[in-house]
Amino acid sequence: MKFLNLELAWKYVLGRKRAMTMSLFGIVLGIAFFVITQAQTSGFEAFFIRTILGTNGAIRISDRFQDMHGTVRMSSQDGRTKFLFNSREGTRYTEGISNPKLLRSALNQFSEISGISEILEGSAVIAGTSRSQNVEIHGIIPSEHVMVSDIENQIIEGELKTFELEPMSILLGNRIAQRLMLQTGERITLKGGTGNIRLRIAGIFETGVSQIDKNRAYIHLSTAKSFLGKRFSGSIFQLSMFEPEKAPEISAQIQETTSHRVVSWQEREQVWLDVFKALRISSAITVSSILLLSGLGIFNVFAIMVIEKTRDIAILRSIGFKPSDVSSVFLWQGGIVLFIGIILGTLVGIFSTYVISSIPLRIRGIFSTDSFVVNWDPSHYLWAVLIAVIFVSIASWIPARRAAKIEPAKIIRETL
Amino acid sequence: MSNSQEILLKAQELHHSFAEGVRKNRVLKGVSLQVEAGETTSVVGPSGCGKSTLLYLLGLLDRPESGNILLQGSDVTQSSDKIKTQLRNQSIGFIFQFHFLIKELTVIENVSLPLRKSGLNAEDSKEKSMLVLQQLGLESKATRSANKLSGGEQQRVAIARAMVNSPSLILADEPTGNLDSENSQKVFDLLQELAERDNLGVLIVTHNTDLALKTDNLIRMQDGLIVKDS
Repeated sequence: MKFLNLELAWKYVLGRKRAMTMSLFGIVLGIAFFVITQAQTSGFEAFFIRTILGTNGAIRISDRFQDMHGTVRMSSQDGRTKFLFNSREGTRYTEGISNPKLLRSALNQFSEISGISEILEGSAVIAGTSRSQNVEIHGIIPSEHVMVSDIENQIIEGELKTFELEPMSILLGNRIAQRLMLQTGERITLKGGTGNIRLRIAGIFETGVSQIDKNRAYIHLSTAKSFLGKRFSGSIFQLSMFEPEKAPEISAQIQETTSHRVVSWQEREQVWLDVFKALRISSAITVSSILLLSGLGIFNVFAIMVIEKTRDIAILRSIGFKPSDVSSVFLWQGGIVLFIGIILGTLVGIFSTYVISSIPLRIRGIFSTDSFVVNWDPSHYLWAVLIAVIFVSIASWIPARRAAKIEPAKIIRETL
Repeated sequence: MSNSQEILLKAQELHHSFAEGVRKNRVLKGVSLQVEAGETTSVVGPSGCGKSTLLYLLGLLDRPESGNILLQGSDVTQSSDKIKTQLRNQSIGFIFQFHFLIKELTVIENVSLPLRKSGLNAEDSKEKSMLVLQQLGLESKATRSANKLSGGEQQRVAIARAMVNSPSLILADEPTGNLDSENSQKVFDLLQELAERDNLGVLIVTHNTDLALKTDNLIRMQDGLIVKDS
């Protein structure tokens, strides 16, 4: 008896193979498309985030500021209610971090921070054999910088080790190297700052972010300090974190405690992150419409079925089925189609995502990839299933409720 | 009617009406009758006289406006839907003119339905259903789809379904209305045999006066009233 309603539902589903297959097809397509589009958009987003974390880190600490009268603090006596207002008006900024050693020891108190790299930024001109180009110089300590970036893996020619061992060497963005027709091992002249210096190209890197690849060059921090004439000031800190998503709150804490301007990667890349978010949501809404349509299909099939099966409903009631049994027969039918749809939709989604991930696609600009980037995230499947469950449940519940309300005597009387 | 036998069903002063727009159509105007165990009773009358409505009220598929229905001595008129559903499953078997088999199910699955609903497992239900089908000469059709049978066979399957749960009362609404004379006679004989053999009460609503005359009791209805009871 336990599964009698389910058995009956199964028989009814088998009895309407064509209509049920169409409904099933809608659910399978809806779930699969949802998973595929989410895997792509979030894949590109995750890849973009990995890229920016691998180039500019999770947090950047730049200028020190002196708050003249921009902060208002209040706290209640019991300490429960706190009020803090920051105004940038009247704030005096000093270029670069102040007292790096002291700041570093303060940052070491934050357990969330996994790496600190001191960087001195400046501009210079690279003169090749026949052409020259303005570049952004980043003075780094290689052993520190590998902790806060992905530079090790971004090097496409040469070796980081060579750069690390040779203070008078340089790492060039691949677009600079292409434009100036430079290769690893060649020597270039860096002009600007306090004069000219000769550096050997230890490696060429590619981040995929065109703005970086065509403008940035890394040299040793000590070399940069002497070249730019900023031996004691002007540098910044780039930080990496164990959990980069916590960057905004940690940034706020660092800014509050160290009086330095601190920017998280989320704040820095807000425009792109908003673009990805909008894409993800819009594709989810678009694809959900497929599920909505399949829900409407199921509603249509079941609504017609309730009309066609009124005699069956009457006979079931006459042999002892309760109204709730009758509605559960229809709900089970929805459940069966939904269950098969979820299984098939998920399998089609997984397979399609795998196939799409191997489609060649060259993207350079905001990141570097040669194929579709997909993100294997169980939450995409859960969301797809949840949306399908909601639509199909509503689509089955309305006709099921109607079926339960059918008065058997009226139906039999009208049939005769 | 004899008073010496067990009264299975008793209806007292049943009134019922249907709303037709703003008008109220009084279908039953105070009907009283009783059905006894081991006897067949037929209700005849012209179309619209209220005999089918009476049958559905007696079968607890509908609720009368006034009057009482006593099933095996208990007044079930105001019983809850849950109790009525239970009684329909265990004490009453229905047979309809158009057999009302579920076409997606096989013969034996159709017959097993009341047993499965009453809580018996699938295996035992099929075993018991097969015994009933054997009694009706339908064992060879057990695994066939219900809609692949002839009209007479389908009606016999409907009878098997009505009697499989060993009800005390069988209510039949025009059980031969859709059958030729030969099959009508077979079905009718079967119902009479069941009543005698299993001590069931059988109430048949029919247009067929020839068959009705062969039942133990005959009730004639007209305009919502019993005009002759013999």
